[in-house]
Amino acid sequence: MRLPPQSGEWIDRSQPLNFRFEGRAYTGFEGDTVASALWASGVSMLGHSFKYHRPRGILSAANHDVNALMQAGGTPNVRADATPLEAGMALTAVNTFGTLERDAGRFLGGFARFLPVGFYYKAFHSKRLFPLWERMFRAMTGLGRVGFATPRLRTPKRYGFCDVLVVGGGPSGLNAALAAAEQGADVVLVDEHARLGGSTHGASDLVDQVTAHPRIRVFTDTFAAGYYADHWVPLVERDRITKMRARAVVVAAGAYEQPAVFRNNDLPGIMFATAAQRLIRRYAVRPAQRVVVLAANADAYRALEAFIDAGIEVAAVIDLRDDVPADQQSVLAALRIPLHTGHCIVEALPANDGKRVAAVRVAAVGAPAPATNITCDGVFMSVGWAPAAPLLYQAGTKMRYDDGVHQFVPDTLPDGVFACGRVNGIHTPAARLLDGERAGSAAAAHCGFGTMKAISVPAEMESPTHPWPIVSHPKGKNFIDFDEDLQLADLENAIQEGFDNIELMKRYSTVGMGPSQGKHSNMNALRVLARATGSTPGEVGTTTARPFFHPVPMSHLAGRGFTPERRTPMHALHTAAGAVWMPAGVWQRPEYYAIAGQSRSKCIEGEAMAVRSGVGLIDVGTLGKLEIRGPQAAEFLERVYISKYAGLKVGMTRYAVMCDESGVVIDDGVVARLADDHFYFTTTTSGAALIYRELSRWNTLWKLDCGIVNLTGAMAAMNLAGPKARAVLAGLTDVDLSFPYLAVREGTVAGVPARLMRVGFVGEWGVEIHVPAEHGAAVWDALMAAGQAHGIRPFGVEAQRLLRLEKGHLIIGQDTDGLTTPGEAALDWAVKMDKPFFVGQRSLQAIAGKPRRQQLVGFMLPAGHAGDAPKECHLVIDNGDIAGRVTSIAWSPSLSRHIGLAYVQSGMAAVGNTLTIRLSDGSLVTAEVVKTPFYDPDNLRQKETT
Amino acid sequence: MPWRLLRFALSNKHPEPRMFTRHDTLKPAYDVVIIGGGGHGLAAAYYLARDHGITNVCVLEKGYLGGGNTGRNTTIIRSNYLTPEGVKFYDESVRLWQDLSTDFDLNLFYSNRGHFTLAHTDAALRTSRWRAEVNKHFGIESEVVGPEAVKKAAPMIDLSCGGHAPILGALYHAPGAVARHDAVAWGYGRGADLRGVEIHQRTEVLGIDVVGGKVTGVRTNRGNIATGKVLCAVAGSTPRVLDMVGIRSPIYVHPLQAMVSEPVKPWLDPILVSGSLHVYISQSARGELVMGASLDPYEVQSTRSTFDFPEGLSAHMLDMFPFLSNVKVMRQWAGMADMTPDFAPIMGRTPVEGFYLDGGWGTWGFKATPVCGKTMSYTVANDRNHDLITGFTLDRFRNFELTGEKGAASVGH
Repeated sequence: MRLPPQSGEWIDRSQPLNFRFEGRAYTGFEGDTVASALWASGVSMLGHSFKYHRPRGILSAANHDVNALMQAGGTPNVRADATPLEAGMALTAVNTFGTLERDAGRFLGGFARFLPVGFYYKAFHSKRLFPLWERMFRAMTGLGRVGFATPRLRTPKRYGFCDVLVVGGGPSGLNAALAAAEQGADVVLVDEHARLGGSTHGASDLVDQVTAHPRIRVFTDTFAAGYYADHWVPLVERDRITKMRARAVVVAAGAYEQPAVFRNNDLPGIMFATAAQRLIRRYAVRPAQRVVVLAANADAYRALEAFIDAGIEVAAVIDLRDDVPADQQSVLAALRIPLHTGHCIVEALPANDGKRVAAVRVAAVGAPAPATNITCDGVFMSVGWAPAAPLLYQAGTKMRYDDGVHQFVPDTLPDGVFACGRVNGIHTPAARLLDGERAGSAAAAHCGFGTMKAISVPAEMESPTHPWPIVSHPKGKNFIDFDEDLQLADLENAIQEGFDNIELMKRYSTVGMGPSQGKHSNMNALRVLARATGSTPGEVGTTTARPFFHPVPMSHLAGRGFTPERRTPMHALHTAAGAVWMPAGVWQRPEYYAIAGQSRSKCIEGEAMAVRSGVGLIDVGTLGKLEIRGPQAAEFLERVYISKYAGLKVGMTRYAVMCDESGVVIDDGVVARLADDHFYFTTTTSGAALIYRELSRWNTLWKLDCGIVNLTGAMAAMNLAGPKARAVLAGLTDVDLSFPYLAVREGTVAGVPARLMRVGFVGEWGVEIHVPAEHGAAVWDALMAAGQAHGIRPFGVEAQRLLRLEKGHLIIGQDTDGLTTPGEAALDWAVKMDKPFFVGQRSLQAIAGKPRRQQLVGFMLPAGHAGDAPKECHLVIDNGDIAGRVTSIAWSPSLSRHIGLAYVQSGMAAVGNTLTIRLSDGSLVTAEVVKTPFYDPDNLRQKETT
Repeated sequence: MPWRLLRFALSNKHPEPRMFTRHDTLKPAYDVVIIGGGGHGLAAAYYLARDHGITNVCVLEKGYLGGGNTGRNTTIIRSNYLTPEGVKFYDESVRLWQDLSTDFDLNLFYSNRGHFTLAHTDAALRTSRWRAEVNKHFGIESEVVGPEAVKKAAPMIDLSCGGHAPILGALYHAPGAVARHDAVAWGYGRGADLRGVEIHQRTEVLGIDVVGGKVTGVRTNRGNIATGKVLCAVAGSTPRVLDMVGIRSPIYVHPLQAMVSEPVKPWLDPILVSGSLHVYISQSARGELVMGASLDPYEVQSTRSTFDFPEGLSAHMLDMFPFLSNVKVMRQWAGMADMTPDFAPIMGRTPVEGFYLDGGWGTWGFKATPVCGKTMSYTVANDRNHDLITGFTLDRFRNFELTGEKGAASVGH
C-alpha cells in the first residue's frame, strides 16, 4: 500500500508507469524499483525459491533479493529489488513451471525430507540411468531463460583516475569523501543505489555538501565490482564500466543485515528492518499492516518510530537478548509496544494461500514451548550485520572476528586501503560519521594531501549483532541460505558427514554459492559450523570473497568488443581486383583473386601458371619487417639466428632461421645487409609481433650496442616474380637489374625510394620490393600497369603456397611443429655450430648426439593417381604403426602430379622409398619419396641474371 | 525417485556416516607420505590402499581437500591428445572415469556431453585432422567435422563469430565429458579413508629430509614424520616442494583463470573450445556457464584474479554467442598452473630415492586424476615407473626426449 508523501521519497508521483507482472497489469511510479511497485500494489509473492519453489518476497530491498529474480523479455535474472521500474515492462518470475500462481514445481517442497543436503551425490548414478536423471535435473535447474534474440550489445568503457575512491555513500562514506576532499584530494564517491545517504535517513545536509564539493565526483546507481591489484576498481554503471585507478581506496560499503533463522523464516512479509525502512522512506510503501519486530540490537529501536509514523501497528518487539538496555526499553514504553526479552520466534505461520506470513509463534530462547501466537502480516528482523567486506578481502586485508561486535573487522589493511563505518565494526550513527572522517583524512594524507587527523572513534557500547540468531525446529524449513534453499539441518548434516571446514561445507552444501554469493547466509553458516565443531567464528574463518560484488552483464565486461584487423596499404586494390580474403594472424590477405566463371582451384592454378610462364605480383607486406643498427648489430643477429651474418657482405641477403632455447625452429626470414652496422630483415607474418618482442627481450638482456626498430607497419612489400618480371620492372626503376640472386639494392621504383631484394621463394626470377607504406598502393599500381603488356596477374597466398611447395620450401608452423629441430626440417645446412653462441645451440649440440626422430622429405603420388589424394596431417603408416605425417600437399600443374612434404621416420627417408599414407576413411595411398625441389631442381630460373 | 532417498525421509537422524575420519595427531612414521590432498594425491592414496595393499599412508593437505586446482578447474575430461603417449594415457583415464561413480557409490555427475575443438583457421583445421588421425589410430572417437555439425550440436552459435573468426570446422570428440570436480576429491578421499589412509587437512609441509640421496622424513607444522617414500602431487606448488629436495625442474607457474555466470536454464549441451578465441565453455548441472581461457601471459605464483580476464573472455564469448549480452558473470577465480616446456606432465621416480613426482600438470590435470592415481600408486608401490608414464619422466628434459603435446594441450584443458 502506498503511503502519503514521505519527505525525501525517491518516487515521482507525477510520473505513473504501467507495467505487467505474470500477465497482470500494475502501476507504479518513476523512481520505484520493480519490487517496490509490486509491493505497493499488494503483491507479496515476487518469486519462487530455487529448490522447493516456495513463495518468496522482499528480504533486503537492497539488491540481495535473489529469490525475486525476474525474466524481462530476453533478459534473465533481473533483480526486482534493484531494477528501476520502466513503463511497459513485462515481467515474469524465473524458474517456475507454468506460472508463479500455478507453479508445478511447488510439489517439491513436500519432498524435502527425501532431498537432504547433497542428496544428488547419493543416488541417480547407475551408469545406465544417469543420463535419464541428468536430463531431468537439467530441466529443473537454472533460473532465467537466455533470450536468443538478444543482439550483441556494445557497451562503452572508460578509464578513470582519482586520488581517493570512496566505496559506499552512507554516513561514513559521505564523511570520508568530504574529509579527503577538504584536505585537497580528488575524490570519487560511488554508491550502488540511486541516491546517496545509505540505508539511514537524515544525512541530507551531508549529501548536499558532498554533491556540491568541487573535488568530489559522485557515481550513483554504480557498484564497485571488485578490487584488483594497485587500487584498480571497475565501477559498473547501468550502461557503462569505468575502470577507476585510485591512489587510495576507502571501503565504506557498510554491512548486510542478517536474517534470523526460524521455521518458515522465508515467508513473504518477513524482511529486514532496513528493508522495511527503505520501502517506507524511498518508495513510500507500507511494508505491512501489523508487524512483529524481531530485535537484537539498537538499530531495531531506532527504526520503530519510522514504522509507527508509517501507520504500521507494531504488535510486539521480540528481543533475543535477556538484557535490553534501558534507553531502548524506554522507547517501547513511550510507544506502548509490548516487549518480550529473551524470546525468539520459533516459527512463522503462513496465511491460507501460503503467500504471506499470518502469525508467528513466540517462545523463550532455548525453550520452544510454550509458545504464544501473535498474528501479523509482517516480521521485521533486526538481529545483526555482516560486513560488506569483499573488496577488503580482495585487497588482501587480514580480518579478525571481534567478539565485541560479533563480526569480522579489518585487522591489518594493505597499504592505501582504508575502511570505515559498519564494515569497520562501527555502527552507532555518530561514531560512523567520525570513523568516516578519520578514514577520509588518512586516505588523503596517504596521497600526500594534508596530514592525518587524530580522531579516536569510540568503540561500540553493545554488540549490534546477535551471536546466535538461530532457532532449530524439528520440522525444519528454517532457512540459512535463501538462494539455495538450505535449512539448518542441511548444514548440520553436511558437518556430520565430515565437511567440517568452511570451504568444504560450502562446496558440499552449496551454501553461499547462489547469485547473492552468501551475503545473507555465510555468517549464519559459519556460526553453525563453529558451534558444531566447538570452535569460534574466528577460528572457522570465512570463505574466499571472489569478484564480483554483484553479477556483471557480459556486454559490460566485453565493452565495445574491438577486434583489430590489420590491412596492408594495397587492401583496396586487392578488393577491386576480386580478392577473396583469408585471415593470417591479425592480417587479412588475399587467398586468391576470383575471376567470374572460374572455380577457386582454376583461379589459383591460373595465378601460379602466370608466375611460371609470365609474371605475377603478390603483396607480402604482412611479413614482419625489422631493422637493426649499431656496431654490434651483426653480433646480435649471429646470436639470434642459427646461421652466420658477421661475414655477410654489404649488399647481400641470407636466409635466416631462428630456434628457441630448446632448439626448436620457431621462425624464418631473410636478412639483408645494407651497411656494416645496418641490417634489414624479415620474419614470418604470424610470428612478427612475437619475434619482435623476443628480440627486444634478448637485446635488453644482452645489452649489445645496437637498436631494433619494428618497420612492419611502416613498410609495404611486394614480390614481383616470373620470367617477365624483369621486363616489367626495368622501365620503373633506376636500379641496374643485373644485380645477382640474393643481393639487395636501394634505389627507386616508380619514383619511390625502395629496397629491392632478389629472392627465390616461388622459384622464378623475382624481386621483393619494399617501399614506405604510404607509397605501397602507388607502386603496386605502377607495377600492375607496367605489367599489363606482359599479362601480369596478382597472385594470392594459395598460389604462393603451391609455388613454394614446387620448390620444396617449408612454411614454419605448417611444415614444422612445436618440437621440430632444424635437422628434422632438412635445414642442417643452415646451422652453424662453430659459432661461439646462438639461441638453441646448446640444445642442438645435445640433440646432435641422438638418433634423429624424423625427417622432412618430399614425396609424389604416382602419375595418374585416381581417387582422393591425402590431405595435410594424414598419417604415414608403417607396419600398422604411425610413422609420420603429411604436412603439405598440392596438385602441381607444372608437374602434373600430386606433390607434398611429409615427416617420416629417419629410416624411411631415402629417395625412392615407398610411403603408405592413410586417408580419413582408412584407405591407403602409396607415394614415393623424391628429391626436392620438385621443380627446377638446380634453381636455374631464380638465379639467372640476364 | 530412487529408493535410496527413502531412508532419508524415514530416518529421524541423518543416516550418513562421516566421509573422512578426523585424526587429531600425526603418527611418527608412515610407509608413504603423500603431499597434496587434491584429486591426484587422494587418488594415489586410494589405489595404493585398494590395489597395492599399502594402507599405512598419510595425505598431507595444507588447506582443505580438493582446494587447489581440483576445485578450480573447468572439469573437462577428454582423451583427444596428439602424441601416442598422451592418447594412450588419457584414454585409460577416460575408461576409469566412466566407472568411478559406481566404484565410489557417489554420484560424480560424470556427464558425457561431447567435445568440439573449433577451428577458425586453416592451421587449426590441419591440427584437428592430425589429432583426429592419431586418435582414430588408437581407437578413440575423434573426427573432423564441418561447421554444420557444430551448428547442429549448438544451434544458437554464430558460426561467423562476429564476422572475424568464422568457424571452418571442428575436431569432435564424442567421449568428451564434465564431472563435479569437488566430488572427485571426496570420492577418492572417502575411499582411501575407508581403507585406512589418514587424511590430514590444514597440515603444511615445511621440509623434506633427504639423507644420502634418500628420503627419510617430512617436517610439517604439526610435527615430523619418518618415511621412506614421499609422493608430491601439489600442482602449482611443485617448484616449492622440489626445492625442499634439491631437484631442478623446468616447471614454470602461470595463473589460469576461469569464471561462471549466474544460473540460467540449460541451453548448451556440448563442451566447446576455441583456440583462436581463447574460450572454453560448458554449462553445468546447476545451469551456470563455466568459462575459461588461456593462461595468463606471465609467471606469477598467486591465485589473484585480474579484471582483464573477464573483459577479454566475455568479448570472445559474445563473438560466439551474441545473445549472452545480458547474461551476468557471477564469479571469477584463478589457479596456479605448473607448466612444462612440452605441455606434458612430469611423473615418476626422481633422482632422489623415495621421492616421486606427479607434477607439471599445467592446465590439464583434472582429466588425468584417475590414471595418475593408478600409475603413481603402482610406481610408488613398486619403485618402478608404470609403463604408461615412461614418456613423462623428469629426465626427458635432460635427454631431449620431449613429448610434444603443445598442439593438443594449450587452450584445450
